[in-house]
Amino acid sequence: MVTLKVNGQNFTYDGDPEVPLLWVLRDELGLTGTKFGCGAGLCGACTVHLDGTAVRSCSVEVSDAADKTIVTIEGLDPHGDHLVQRVWREANVPQCGYCHAGQIMQAAALLAANPKPAPDDVMQTMSGNICRCGCYQRIAEAIALASTGA
Amino acid sequence: MTYMFDPEPIPAGAIVNVSRRFLLKGAVATGTLVLGASLLPGRAMAEWATGAGAMPGGTVNDPHVYIAIDPSGLVTILTNRSEMGTGVRTSLPMVVADEMEADWSRVQVKQAPGDETKYGNQDTDGSRSVRHFVQPMRQCGAAMRTMLEQAAAKRWGVDPSEVKADNHVVVHLTSGYKAGFGELAAAAAALLTPPVSTLKLKDPSQFRYIGTGTISIVDLHDITTGHAPYGIDAKIPGMKFAVVARPPVVGGKLVSFDATEALKVPGVEKVVEVKGWPWPSKFMPVGGVAVVARNTGSAIKGREKLQIVWDNGANATYDSGAFRKAMEETASQPGLVVRNDGDADAALKSAAKVVTAQYYIPHLSHATMEPPSATVNVADGKCVAYAATQSPGGCRDDLAKILGLSVDDVTVNVPLLGGGFGRKSKWDYVLEAALVSKTVNAPIKLTWTREDDIQHDFYHTVSVERIDAGVDASGKVVAWRHRSVAPSIASTFKAGVDHEAPFELGMGLVDNPFDIPNLRCENGACTAHTRIGWFRSVSNIPHGFAVQSMVAELAAALGRDPKDMLLTLIGPDRIVDPRKSPGVKGFWNYGDPFDTYPIDTARLRRVAERAAQAAGWGKTLPKGQGLGIAAHRSFLTYVATVAHVAVDDHGNLSVPNVYTTMDCGFHINPERIRSQIEGAAVMGLALAKNSEITFKNGRVEQQNFDGFMVARIDEAPLHVHVDIVPADWSVPASGVGEPGLPPFAPALCNAIFAATGKRIRSLPIGQQLST
Repeated sequence: MVTLKVNGQNFTYDGDPEVPLLWVLRDELGLTGTKFGCGAGLCGACTVHLDGTAVRSCSVEVSDAADKTIVTIEGLDPHGDHLVQRVWREANVPQCGYCHAGQIMQAAALLAANPKPAPDDVMQTMSGNICRCGCYQRIAEAIALASTGA
Repeated sequence: MTYMFDPEPIPAGAIVNVSRRFLLKGAVATGTLVLGASLLPGRAMAEWATGAGAMPGGTVNDPHVYIAIDPSGLVTILTNRSEMGTGVRTSLPMVVADEMEADWSRVQVKQAPGDETKYGNQDTDGSRSVRHFVQPMRQCGAAMRTMLEQAAAKRWGVDPSEVKADNHVVVHLTSGYKAGFGELAAAAAALLTPPVSTLKLKDPSQFRYIGTGTISIVDLHDITTGHAPYGIDAKIPGMKFAVVARPPVVGGKLVSFDATEALKVPGVEKVVEVKGWPWPSKFMPVGGVAVVARNTGSAIKGREKLQIVWDNGANATYDSGAFRKAMEETASQPGLVVRNDGDADAALKSAAKVVTAQYYIPHLSHATMEPPSATVNVADGKCVAYAATQSPGGCRDDLAKILGLSVDDVTVNVPLLGGGFGRKSKWDYVLEAALVSKTVNAPIKLTWTREDDIQHDFYHTVSVERIDAGVDASGKVVAWRHRSVAPSIASTFKAGVDHEAPFELGMGLVDNPFDIPNLRCENGACTAHTRIGWFRSVSNIPHGFAVQSMVAELAAALGRDPKDMLLTLIGPDRIVDPRKSPGVKGFWNYGDPFDTYPIDTARLRRVAERAAQAAGWGKTLPKGQGLGIAAHRSFLTYVATVAHVAVDDHGNLSVPNVYTTMDCGFHINPERIRSQIEGAAVMGLALAKNSEITFKNGRVEQQNFDGFMVARIDEAPLHVHVDIVPADWSVPASGVGEPGLPPFAPALCNAIFAATGKRIRSLPIGQQLST
């Protein structure tokens, strides 16, 4: 039995402890805001915060997340008004929108660690998150907006 | 998910007041006005004719829209298009809202399930949603507005000409009486619908939303909070989770399997065979073995333990390297003549100079960020599916067929699509989920892993394009012979296909707009050994890459400026009509009338000139930098792109700026047009620089994003400057989603040539700049 603390709530999971956290969040807890993209830590769609650090939930065994603080896109802000969510809307970033939970969680972790990241830091950190629609220009704009306190 | 509407079919060509019918069904509140429209544009009002009535494949394109306004003033618009990121779920309802003078903040958009009897053709592809539906959407909005105005006039006992709808309120101009749309809904619901021919459209100067670009997509907030419902997120109580092991080679089949070890994996509940259809069979499943588990992670682990024996079949010899050599050999020989102006062979023989180049564009995978996934419950003689699909109607028909059900017993709900690009026009994954659900007698969410997606896609074709251009002693290009060799999408539908279909030839080959007297297009024989499918902009990718690269190659050979060379080849302003050229059979103009959408070289020239001007064409750039230009008409839209590249001493490529001009005629949402063009630059960079699917022993060699490379933010163009050619209602609307893509790769490679002198003829660029 694994106890998971997700978005301030406790959940228990009695299945295979080696299954990636991603699938427990999505299929067992119904928290489908976190997306499946590659299953191999290559695309960032499944990014969540584990004790405040951005991790790829497809590459974390659920047992390794036990008793840690997990935040998913649904719990980033109670009203969906986290700074990154706001600038994302202001810059009209998404097209299909599918990868954006991961993009937003990655950007939020980046800005939490460094509210005014240098452009190179933004590029390096965000390069782990793939957007096939190609919203990168607006992702860069949105993060720039956030780092200037918009 | 429940739908407010359960409408009846509407007679073709009509707008009907269906308020009472809906009320009786309990579908809407008392006092709600509901209009249903069969949206072939009413002829009396149609500004331009479209191909909406004669869609490919014999499908009747007869879209029905339903608009309701309830006593609270809430307007509900039912949309029948799938949202995959183009913004169509916002843009078309915006047209209705603007035309009816609704306040956008009081409009909600509901998604129609798959039902082509009720909603008409729902295939969201071919960049055709706006061009086919903007006229009928305006008509429907106008009918709504007219009825609300009539209801107000009746209430006040005044002539309808004295009242005017204005932002959710009807106003009596002289007395100042006002009534909200909501309070008028019930009275309007009691009126007859005005004949389409009597409707008056708004003066475009009065548009509140159309053309302004100030409206965000309706799903924006939900996307940023994780609450937007994608196909892969669907939930049916009691559902199980499945993945499928599929034959590694197209045309292969299952011989036997041993599930003993798989069933020992914790969480795995069942392992069952999935029926496969022999190749080619359109979008039917390829078959295999499904592992059903309590969650997808357990199903994936179980699948790794399966012992399977496959019969790989005849395509097990498919090797993309050898195939390329064979295609190149084919391109060195005359092929089937598909356009033949003048005598290109003779003109080449007598030319003072011949420039020859051969281009290669590999297979590509769509790699939508949401991989194929469907959630389906087959129970009690009914099938309910939640499927991210571009084609809910066709999907529904095939579900009924394979399950032996009536289509009336099949429901296909359409959540958001996490990317489409043509992949989700094929519904094989939905059929798989239905087969597994039926077999295990439980609701099933079936997910393709990324490896499944990259290894079992309907790939973009692979192509060799050879062009021989002849120049006379004065430097004029007098001969052009373009040989295209590529397996056809038609091969996915039937066996024995060995040439490109008219719809592929019409995408950048036989519609060549150049002013060259001897112009010959040939198509060499080529047989597919994998599933070929539509990929955003389809054959325009290889054809456009070859043609627009060759323009710059000619410029280099003749010592001319590439932009001037392009404009010279486009030639004088005129209409180019390939239907009049010898050899062109069944010319494909994207399914729309040529008279509405001719090939207009003035428009092609204009986008090239505007993009060049925006880029400061001719300016001096530092060493290692260059500009390249390409202009291409596709999906009836004219696009030119100038790429500004920088290549450092190590061969590292960056794209500091992109300048794209699009002429798509009358347009609705410039904000979403810009996003489509920005995205096309990123996808264009990916396919030019990184992306390639290769085959060895019939199997795809790439597995995931470490093998099939797409573009990431640190290499992407982040300064895409978009210029949209202004157009009024007299210029028919044309495509947006796809036409931004074809000019990008040739513009990029032309810029690389300008920067480095290195000509890229084989995509992807890969390591070619560092050697």
